[in-house]
Amino acid sequence: MAVSVARPMTNSLTTGRLPRGSVWMILLGSWVLLGIVFLFVQMAGGTKQYNLVGALFLGTVLFDILVFAIAYLVEGGRQARDRLATSLIATAFIIALLPLVSLVYTVLLNGFARMIQPSFFSQSMRNVLDAGGGAVHAIVGTLEITGLATLFSVPIGLLTSIYLVEYGKGPLARTITFMVDVMTGIPSIVAGLFAYAFFVLVTGNVGYRSGLGGAVALSVLMIPVVVRSSEEMLKLVPNELREASYALGVPKWLTILKIVLPTSIAGITTGIMLAIARVIGETAPLLIITGFTASMNYNLFDSRMMTLPYFVYAQYANQGAHQSDFVNRAWAGALTLILIVMLLNLIARAVAKIFSPKLGR
Amino acid sequence: MTSETTGVIKPRVRLGDRVFSTGTVFAGSLILVVLAAVAIFLVVQSVPALVAKPGTLPNAAPNFWTYVWPLVFGTVWAAAIALLISIPISIGVALFISHYAPRRLAQGLGYIIDLLAAVPSVVFGLWGVLVLAKTIQPFFVWLNANLGWIPLFGGVVSGTGKTVLTVAIVLAVMVLPIMTAVCREVFLQTPRLHEEAALALGATRWEMIRTAVLPFGRPGIISASMLGLGRALGETLAVAMVLSPAVVINFFLLTSQNPNTIASNIALQFPEASGLGINTLIASGLVLFVITFIVNAIARFAINRRKAFSGAN
Repeated sequence: MAVSVARPMTNSLTTGRLPRGSVWMILLGSWVLLGIVFLFVQMAGGTKQYNLVGALFLGTVLFDILVFAIAYLVEGGRQARDRLATSLIATAFIIALLPLVSLVYTVLLNGFARMIQPSFFSQSMRNVLDAGGGAVHAIVGTLEITGLATLFSVPIGLLTSIYLVEYGKGPLARTITFMVDVMTGIPSIVAGLFAYAFFVLVTGNVGYRSGLGGAVALSVLMIPVVVRSSEEMLKLVPNELREASYALGVPKWLTILKIVLPTSIAGITTGIMLAIARVIGETAPLLIITGFTASMNYNLFDSRMMTLPYFVYAQYANQGAHQSDFVNRAWAGALTLILIVMLLNLIARAVAKIFSPKLGR
Repeated sequence: MTSETTGVIKPRVRLGDRVFSTGTVFAGSLILVVLAAVAIFLVVQSVPALVAKPGTLPNAAPNFWTYVWPLVFGTVWAAAIALLISIPISIGVALFISHYAPRRLAQGLGYIIDLLAAVPSVVFGLWGVLVLAKTIQPFFVWLNANLGWIPLFGGVVSGTGKTVLTVAIVLAVMVLPIMTAVCREVFLQTPRLHEEAALALGATRWEMIRTAVLPFGRPGIISASMLGLGRALGETLAVAMVLSPAVVINFFLLTSQNPNTIASNIALQFPEASGLGINTLIASGLVLFVITFIVNAIARFAINRRKAFSGAN
């Protein structure tokens, strides 16, 4: 009985399957095909440079169509739709990666050479017309303003989250939760306008600019982030720990200080680091309230102060005669900014990993 | 002791407890005060613009609303196109990470998308104007030449690529991480039993996603879109750097006459503004605040409704 009888294929279980790896072959094939097509286009003089992105993109589109058609013929409609969905979803992921790759590549390529020139970290832009100069005044300004904003927002944010988790009941807690949500959605430029309006009313000076104002504006953006993340972390502390502490007769405030906070300190620190990383790149509020200067200013409470994001914007927006000098400084500033943010993110992850309490065994 | 007879033990009130709890209440209330202050100060500073006489406002606008209307249109228009681009992509990426990628890779891929969120907006602006606009301009020319009969792609194509479509692409990239993160969380919460039931009935992976994951995640997708919209509406520097603005209302995507957004207009005008100009800009900021507030409220509403009605768990 070794003779197999050929039966007519009648249902989806008995239809054929595409051989393993055939999908990849189709993908490769359609890329190569479109690559050749674009090569012809280039040789015919249609484009000046070889259009690699176009070839890959149209090749992927061709692949999506081909896979659907072939699978439809071999495997039937349902499988074909499944394969189409899979390839489209994978395509979406690739599309999402493209800008990231392009951005990191260009920032590194354009910024690195200028950033490692010694003047970048040792000079300000005072009396610099074209070449030379640096961003040290902007870096100092960014660090001071963000530091002050952290000083404002961490106590307020942390205490509020403690209130919400440990004490808060009733209408006040509900209102605060709602308002924190509202604050999360404040556009950054509105925070800048608020700080400006506030300081104009307080000082009566219409042209008011200072680092302090920038710190206030950044705190408005930072507090809700700190509250949200700390709240999540405090909620993770097991209630058994609190109850054990109460059972030993420890007052509530000492329980919070000695039991709850140390247990969650790693997560809270991570949240604060991420909040700092988020506001350190803010430009819009600083554009309004801290203003522009080419010189070093260490004093947070008096006159204009430069910050790194605004430095990048200003270098791009007010280009002088030698454009490349300005654009290069902008790229170098962008690279420095990204490196600072990355560093904060890495520290945050490291803190979370090293200091998180070992709850399980 | 008296407490034994009444059966009630009066807790001792400690000074430390008092101080500490008062401190936390104070901090919480401070947030309310700050938010109220934001609203009050913005309103106080906007009133002069709202009641200004004709002819005193910038752009020769007869009153504040005529001034702000093209900006409101531009803000909503750019954000809407950005959302149109980013919704399908973010759903795709979220599905890829939650249901398609190998389990071991998934978390790493999530981190990579989160990296996009760590890039400051000014860097996106720089990239958008110096890289994306130049790269995409030939494509705009092609689109204009071949599909120009569609009103969206009509008009005189921009020579620099600094158009509202470029802005929308940059905005889409910027809101992608937050939208992906929310979608991913919701998709991962799909009850496993629903998924397995669909697969056991013979559904393919896509059919399983269509019948189990997407219906469960729909409120999440809505709220993710709203959060993304809120971000896109308030984005300032990327728009200010990439767009070549004009005081117009039109639906052309590829011309150099683009409606400006509120936030970008404030950033561009504020350094040179004075007197009533400042009040006008602050009033337009107030309008932006109200718009984003409404959008965010819808997002919260969608999320909370899911929590209440989800019978899945």
